[in-house]
Amino acid sequence: MEVLLEVEGLTRYFGGVAAVKEISFQVQEAEIFALIGPNGAGKTTVFNLITGLLAPDAGSVVFEGKSLAGLKPHQIAAAGITRTFQNLQLFGNMTVLENVMAGAYLKGRTGFLKSLVTWPGSSREEKLIRREALALIDEVGLAGLAGLPAAALPFGRQRLLEIARALASGPRLVLLDEPAAGLNSAETKELAGYLKRLREEGKSMLLVEHDMETVMEVADRIMVLNSGEAIALGTPAEIQANPEVIKAYLGEDERVA
Amino acid sequence: MLKKALVFAVLIFFLVLPFLIRSNYLLGMLIVTGLYSIIVIGLGILMGYAGQVSFGHAAFFGLGSYTAAILATSCGWPTPAALLAAMALPGLVAALIGRPTLKLKELYLALATLAFGILVHILFNEGGEITGGPSGLAGIPYLSLGGLVFDRDIEFYYLVLAVVLLVSLAVNNLIQSRTGRALRAIRESEHAAQTAGMDTSLLKLQAFVFSAVLAGLAGGLYAFYVTFISPSPFSFHMSVQFVLMAVVGGLGTFWGPLQGSGLVVALGEALRWAVPLVIPGAGGEYQIIFFGIILVLVMIFRPAGLGSLLSPQVNQERAGRPGGREVDGGVAGG
Repeated sequence: MEVLLEVEGLTRYFGGVAAVKEISFQVQEAEIFALIGPNGAGKTTVFNLITGLLAPDAGSVVFEGKSLAGLKPHQIAAAGITRTFQNLQLFGNMTVLENVMAGAYLKGRTGFLKSLVTWPGSSREEKLIRREALALIDEVGLAGLAGLPAAALPFGRQRLLEIARALASGPRLVLLDEPAAGLNSAETKELAGYLKRLREEGKSMLLVEHDMETVMEVADRIMVLNSGEAIALGTPAEIQANPEVIKAYLGEDERVA
Repeated sequence: MLKKALVFAVLIFFLVLPFLIRSNYLLGMLIVTGLYSIIVIGLGILMGYAGQVSFGHAAFFGLGSYTAAILATSCGWPTPAALLAAMALPGLVAALIGRPTLKLKELYLALATLAFGILVHILFNEGGEITGGPSGLAGIPYLSLGGLVFDRDIEFYYLVLAVVLLVSLAVNNLIQSRTGRALRAIRESEHAAQTAGMDTSLLKLQAFVFSAVLAGLAGGLYAFYVTFISPSPFSFHMSVQFVLMAVVGGLGTFWGPLQGSGLVVALGEALRWAVPLVIPGAGGEYQIIFFGIILVLVMIFRPAGLGSLLSPQVNQERAGRPGGREVDGGVAGG
């Protein structure tokens, strides 16, 4: 297995408080790597640092052997990393299809001037992107909803739409920020199945998730964060057996599912 | 989606309109409305899609006008070439202003264009021989395209109608294209747009430059229509009116720019007649008060603008959008 993403000593302060402190991990090809930890542990901050929405105070992120330091979010997306958001960031007034087609932005080449003189939907590129977007919509389980405005979907479907949008450009690594939040148990099961299918197809995923059942089922390796620091790293079985994790993260009385 | 039948019906209406009105005054108003709507279409892309405001579009309009006028008179350029330059120069200037400012947050472009507009208006007034100062430039030739000279109002009316139609169709292509989706995406969630691979600064810059090019086109045509220009139509006051036209018409709608321009031009004429009856001796500056009141009323009663009269379903979605702009939460949190 090849290393796809290397995070080394990643650190970020917010006003003197370390939101993320010297975190290091690697994500392999076709691996689901999960970050877990209580609220405020720094998981979303790690996502924002990797995708370039925040700049690190120290540390490095290397993707496919190339440093991402100083790259803008759109350049990091072009390098092959996309993401979803914990608090959904859909293009609410655009249709489901348009959201996914917008997600496939990097697959297109049509620029501003060419867009002015090309009749809507007539170019080969546009037709291809549309066809692929529709296929992806079916694949995540939103078949028949392509024409609806994204904001009109129920919450659980909006989560799936964000995943479809993040996959639309064909990234090698997808960062999923609490994809199961707000899903019912049947939807969560479907989601877990889908993530495993994506892994079989060679996709790597970095997963932040509070639903432990899902994490233990799909993740290859798990890193536990607490107050911005990594306190454990291992397979689901190792993490469940780690007394420090149970104490720090789950509390005395609870048990990992 | 654009209803082709409606577009055809409206086009036919405007094709026969000059024969119905038989008034040079009204025909002149229609030509000016058409020219304004070209500017407002561009402003609509900038405001409605890229989410940026410009208070300097009268200056781009003026730059286009003066460029066309100076090149066609003092420099002796053929009028079509002068018209092309009238589009190019505002575009270039917009690129220079937009590059640093569009990387910053939303209001910076509004402030930069505000300052720019005032500066350009001063330059027109103080430009000495080059701009003719406050008295302006006279003796601008009529536009001639390959032997066809647009020296009568009726000819110019059809030329403007054709340009408005072409620009409208091009913009309709744009908003449904890959670029248009990206522009709309930026307005909905800039973070999501960026992490989907969109260079949001570049896209906003392109929208801004495009809107300046359209303002320059309208300016060039205006110079060849009136054949005499002075600084007064290119003041800050006019920039505010363009923003008003865009908002009243409805941002992000196909028909909005035409309706907004038409309404504001008509209101301006009506107020010029009505206000002195109520307040004796009142000058043009009173108009802006009434425009302000109208803007507030539109915001209250029809936040999606008048464009919603012809395409209601689109605008209801826009008006009733549930908090699509709360973007910053994406960076906060655990």
